[in-house]
Amino acid sequence: MQAEQISIFLENKAGRLSEVTGILAKAKVNIRALALADTSDFGVLRLIVDNNAVAEQALKENGFTVRKTKVVAVEVDDRPGGLFNILEILKNAQINVEYMYAFIRQSGDKAVMVFRFDQSDEAITVLTENKITVINGKDLYKL
Amino acid sequence: MIYNIEYETMPREALESIQLKRLQATLSRVYATVPFYRKQFTSAGILPGDISKLNDMQSLPFTTKKDLRDNYPFGMFAVPMDNVVRIHASSGTTGQPTVVGYTARDINTWSELMARALVAGGATRGDIIHNAYGYGLFTGGLGVHYGAEKLGASVIPVSGGNTKRQVIIMKDFKPTILTATPSYSLHLAEAAEEMGFSFADFHFRYGIFGAEPWSEDMRQEIERKLNLTAIDIYGLSEVIGPGVSIECHEAKQGLHIFEDHFIPEIIDPDTGKVLPYGETGELVITSITKEAFPVIRYRTRDITTLNPEPCICGRTHVRMKKVSGRSDDMLIIRGVNVFPSQIESVLMQIEGVEPHYQLIVEREDNLDVLTVMVEVSENMFSDEVKQLQQFENKISKDIKEYLGVTAKVKLVEPKSIARSEGKAARVIDKRKI
Repeated sequence: MQAEQISIFLENKAGRLSEVTGILAKAKVNIRALALADTSDFGVLRLIVDNNAVAEQALKENGFTVRKTKVVAVEVDDRPGGLFNILEILKNAQINVEYMYAFIRQSGDKAVMVFRFDQSDEAITVLTENKITVINGKDLYKL
Repeated sequence: MIYNIEYETMPREALESIQLKRLQATLSRVYATVPFYRKQFTSAGILPGDISKLNDMQSLPFTTKKDLRDNYPFGMFAVPMDNVVRIHASSGTTGQPTVVGYTARDINTWSELMARALVAGGATRGDIIHNAYGYGLFTGGLGVHYGAEKLGASVIPVSGGNTKRQVIIMKDFKPTILTATPSYSLHLAEAAEEMGFSFADFHFRYGIFGAEPWSEDMRQEIERKLNLTAIDIYGLSEVIGPGVSIECHEAKQGLHIFEDHFIPEIIDPDTGKVLPYGETGELVITSITKEAFPVIRYRTRDITTLNPEPCICGRTHVRMKKVSGRSDDMLIIRGVNVFPSQIESVLMQIEGVEPHYQLIVEREDNLDVLTVMVEVSENMFSDEVKQLQQFENKISKDIKEYLGVTAKVKLVEPKSIARSEGKAARVIDKRKI
């Protein structure tokens, strides 16, 4: 049920993000979701794309340090309290969220959030038990 | 003022005859007592008795820092440990530090040389010396301390650090001579200013600065900010510690080498050929009075020039120019010697780290700042920022622990460190020295 995300190490300097997106454009890889964590010196760019293998290869060929990480994509009701509901379930199960970010979706009444947990399997179990939809990787890349 | 008029102003001819006698005695002694030197002389086909004039010493092999390390810890000592009363060591390393020993007479010699140096630098019996060189394995603190006591001045053994307290002491005890590394002296000036004091209200006359390279520009800045006359002192633990040479405050034109105890030579660092006076090259020193740890033709790696012209102060000892650089890649960071290879071995001990690194040295607020850029390898790259930061902290902590210097660590992208002919430029020194 887990999805795969690509993480890229970036120095904090002008033009690096544009370079990454340029490489992906050339490789005809579509970015579906993106989050950037940064410190004063460096950042970690996290991407959900429609083709991980092509993206990874293109980035590595251009000298980037790339790593694939497992994440969990979860459907969230697109209404006030939708995200709160999910986080409460996780809190009660004492599952820690390392980070999360939103996924772009063009239509529908559900939003999608991408989570990184310290215990992914437990998170998936508890979310499923609480009737929260976890989207598997293949479906996610096509959304 | 001259502390030891007889020896410091001795006519060259008499001085050279004393040098030869002392050199011959030292050579015979090390040949008999230090297996390393016996082997060196034998493989060069020389016996101590072959040296019948000073120039003959040019045929003796050099001694390098590596030789000292290879004989760690006491292999180069020329006396039994019974006779050794003091041990110092160079800044800690991941490999082997160089360890030096002193007999009671060596300590006395060193004290005399430091007393001479302090006097050349403007000190008298009546002065109060604020000694901010570090006390410990480093020779700076104790070297100045013993010299000050020998001279009969009052010494405040304040050592390094605890800057605010130092400022209070400077205000209350009214010291008249400051001994410190040049960068720390500027740090003191700033700290004083932040605390609402000015060196103009303090009582310093002279500052005697060494243990790291500093430029003429920095001298002017120190003199302006600290309201004193800044004097350059030179030395290295392998030879004796501080007190190998010193500028006289009368001329401030080059550092007199105490030639009745040391024989200096300048060589071409590439060929080892001895260069005549006036030419720039690497300083090589032979100690001719030390008992526990004599060095024969020790390559200091410091680049300078020797000037034999008579000096207005009356000393006849040759003067070396302010050291202008190194013939190896050693860096001096806040008085601590650092070789890039030492940083490299620290990095190599951390799992996942590859030896793609670069050292950037800058001077910020007058203090040396070392930044270690490390390329992020796939093995160490984690998706989580906190893990990457843990890497940075670990590297920084290990460098501090093994080398005794504080380093900022900055993770950079792979291949981002410029390489020339496939080899990375390891050091970028942006300090103006």
